Amino acid sequence: MKAPVLFFVLAAGWLPAQVSFDRQVSAGKEPQNWLSYSGGLDGQRYTPLNQITPANVKNLELQWAFQARSLEKFEATPLVVDGILYTVQAPNDVVALDAATGRVFWIYSYKPSPQSRPCCGKVNRGLAILDNTLFMATIDARLIAIDATNGHPLWNVAVAKPEAGYAMTLAPLVVKDKVIIGTAGGEYGIRGFIAAYDAKTGKEAWRFYTIPGKGEPGNNTWAGDSWMHGGASVWVTGAYDPALNLTYWGVGNPGPDWVGEMRGGDNLYSDCVVALDPDTGQLKWYFQFTPHDDFDYDSVQVPILADIDWKGSPRKVMLWANRNGFFYVLDRTNGQFLLGKPFTKVTWATGLDERGRPMRAPGAVPTPEGNKIYPGNMGGTNWNSASFSPRTGLFYIPLWDNYYSEFVKGPAEYGEGRIFAGAMPRSPVPMIQAPQVLNRKEEDGYGAIRAFDPKTGEKKWEFKLSEVTDSGVLSTASDLVFSGGRDGYFFALDGRNGELLWRATLGGQVSSGPMSFSVGGKQYIAVSAGSTLFAYALR
Amino acid sequence: MRVIRLSLALCAGALTLLAQHGYSPADIDAGGRLYRSNCVNCHGQEGNAIQGVDLGHAKFRRASTDDDLAHIIINGIPGTPMPPANFTPAQAETIVAYLRSRVSSATVAGATAGGNAARGKALFEGQGGCRNCHRVNGNGSRVGPDLSEIGALRSPANLEQSIVDPNAEIRPENRSVRLTTSDGATFTGRILSEDTFGLQMIDSHEKLLSFSKSNLRQFELFRDSPMPSFRDKLTALQIADVVSYLETLKGVEAQ
Repeated sequence: MKAPVLFFVLAAGWLPAQVSFDRQVSAGKEPQNWLSYSGGLDGQRYTPLNQITPANVKNLELQWAFQARSLEKFEATPLVVDGILYTVQAPNDVVALDAATGRVFWIYSYKPSPQSRPCCGKVNRGLAILDNTLFMATIDARLIAIDATNGHPLWNVAVAKPEAGYAMTLAPLVVKDKVIIGTAGGEYGIRGFIAAYDAKTGKEAWRFYTIPGKGEPGNNTWAGDSWMHGGASVWVTGAYDPALNLTYWGVGNPGPDWVGEMRGGDNLYSDCVVALDPDTGQLKWYFQFTPHDDFDYDSVQVPILADIDWKGSPRKVMLWANRNGFFYVLDRTNGQFLLGKPFTKVTWATGLDERGRPMRAPGAVPTPEGNKIYPGNMGGTNWNSASFSPRTGLFYIPLWDNYYSEFVKGPAEYGEGRIFAGAMPRSPVPMIQAPQVLNRKEEDGYGAIRAFDPKTGEKKWEFKLSEVTDSGVLSTASDLVFSGGRDGYFFALDGRNGELLWRATLGGQVSSGPMSFSVGGKQYIAVSAGSTLFAYALR
Repeated sequence: MRVIRLSLALCAGALTLLAQHGYSPADIDAGGRLYRSNCVNCHGQEGNAIQGVDLGHAKFRRASTDDDLAHIIINGIPGTPMPPANFTPAQAETIVAYLRSRVSSATVAGATAGGNAARGKALFEGQGGCRNCHRVNGNGSRVGPDLSEIGALRSPANLEQSIVDPNAEIRPENRSVRLTTSDGATFTGRILSEDTFGLQMIDSHEKLLSFSKSNLRQFELFRDSPMPSFRDKLTALQIADVVSYLETLKGVEAQ
């Protein structure tokens, strides 16, 4: 059989599907796809799909599993574009597979520099896409553009020096023609920043330092030269409001983490949400959740943008369950504080004042013998995404309760690329990996999915977990809520009342956010656990 | 060439290894078989899968002579993943012969002799029509293999062979396929992955497609490459030009 030699020539003139930025702005119009880290630029992690319902969710059945060739936590949320699923096998392999069968089309393997030294695992949380190009931020602090059809790299640029402790673990965010990223490294004395790159060329368009330089407003919130190595990392994806043309990003802890006296002042813009002009990187407003943080309360949660009725009029708000244990509602046009209440046990502050500034509890600082403070070092919640359902109007938070650490006062000395944090806090709950055997008591910390009414801050229901959770939450247009836990369970709750409707045992801990897509009219729910990505659909 | 002369001198005692390029074809062949069954898992088909080591281009971290190589092949390198192996000295020498033959074919064949990369680029992008099937740094069709880093992956001799005799070696990832689904639709393209129950391909419209074999009426892999031979279409100098250009393609530069 001789091949028809010239059949390939017929390809001329045809282009693969283009994921324009307009498509991402209108992501809700194509619910079969999941075009950015949180599903939509509003960060809600809500799917308009409704084939899987409270009545039939018990019929969910595993459709396929993709076993990553990695023992790292599988933290990536996949993208799905017209039946093709893109994800990242840790640390930095991009995988394209058939979203209906899990079979692989191609894998692009990037070998990060051995100089990279991320604090908490060589993980990656996912990709961004624009037109036919995928973007990956790597643990050796590079940004790589990859052809979404054939997996070939198109450009690869250095964002920062991995040997100085800079790393990237987040999924980038595309806004218009730019790819926006931030760098991790808050435990290594970096000076954090958010930066935008031209999607076509990889050329840096702007850079916003999350710690103001000498002479800039806010630099005086850092004693002496402490601003130079003050951390304020950015390691979770931001959000974007097209009507306001603002992009919002959560900023990490100041460093050294647990040695506040080395960096007197509020330490702007650590533990803030910053609202930036995506075209220029100019700061439009900020709100600081934890001024002068002593407890590693990174504010790297995904900003959740919602338009809700607020005291009788429509308002553009931002919902934020913070690692510091408080739940906030802000006006996202200007950063005005509207509401704030604890969503978990909090002892480091006695409450928030009328501007949302925490009132520090007397004596709530690390001490030489260890000071027991709630929430502990990992926070009341962490990077794993919360969700807002515009249908139920509820805000779903994956949280840790009764969770404390003993914060210890210890020394810290800066050296390039070395840990610059202070003494490690102690806690009955391990920081990252689940124990093989679970024998903690409820008073030692537990997890929960808890639903709040953002208009009042009132708790509507909770689903308690014996173990804490590193899982995100997905809400659906059929009022389901999906989440999981460190104990390896993945489950569906009734989003209206928290009733458990279905569960599966996935073995490994769930360290990612569930997401949903559909192919050929069939709705799938995907989640990773351990080192495997699972896809469920109705049988 | 210094390394090759040195290696020949060191091999002088092993007369059986000396032939046209210093080694007998049978030894090279035997060494190739041993390489493929014992070494390829770590070093890769092309011998360049380990950072800093490129067996096809005589790039070794710790060896400069054939004796060094044979010693490492038998004893491994303590403290590294390179293990000792149960080869006789004669077997190790055949592997050395194989490795040296690759260097020799990569550097002696003269595939780039007189070639000019700039002329080759113009040919590649123009008269040669290469971009109708191939892509380089984001330009050209994705239907054939992307060549953006081909110069880092293949020797000039290898590249020359692919141009004049594309059927000589068709790598598994470059096989083309035609299939007909049970409802009569026909697809042609390059196969990306195939398993017991399904296959994935990129079709002639650059679309990624996935099929369940149970839904296929017909499925045929082409034995020959869809790439035509350029032996009679380009002059020897033009081929050298194109090879010279391809050799410059080393992938996305770290900027």
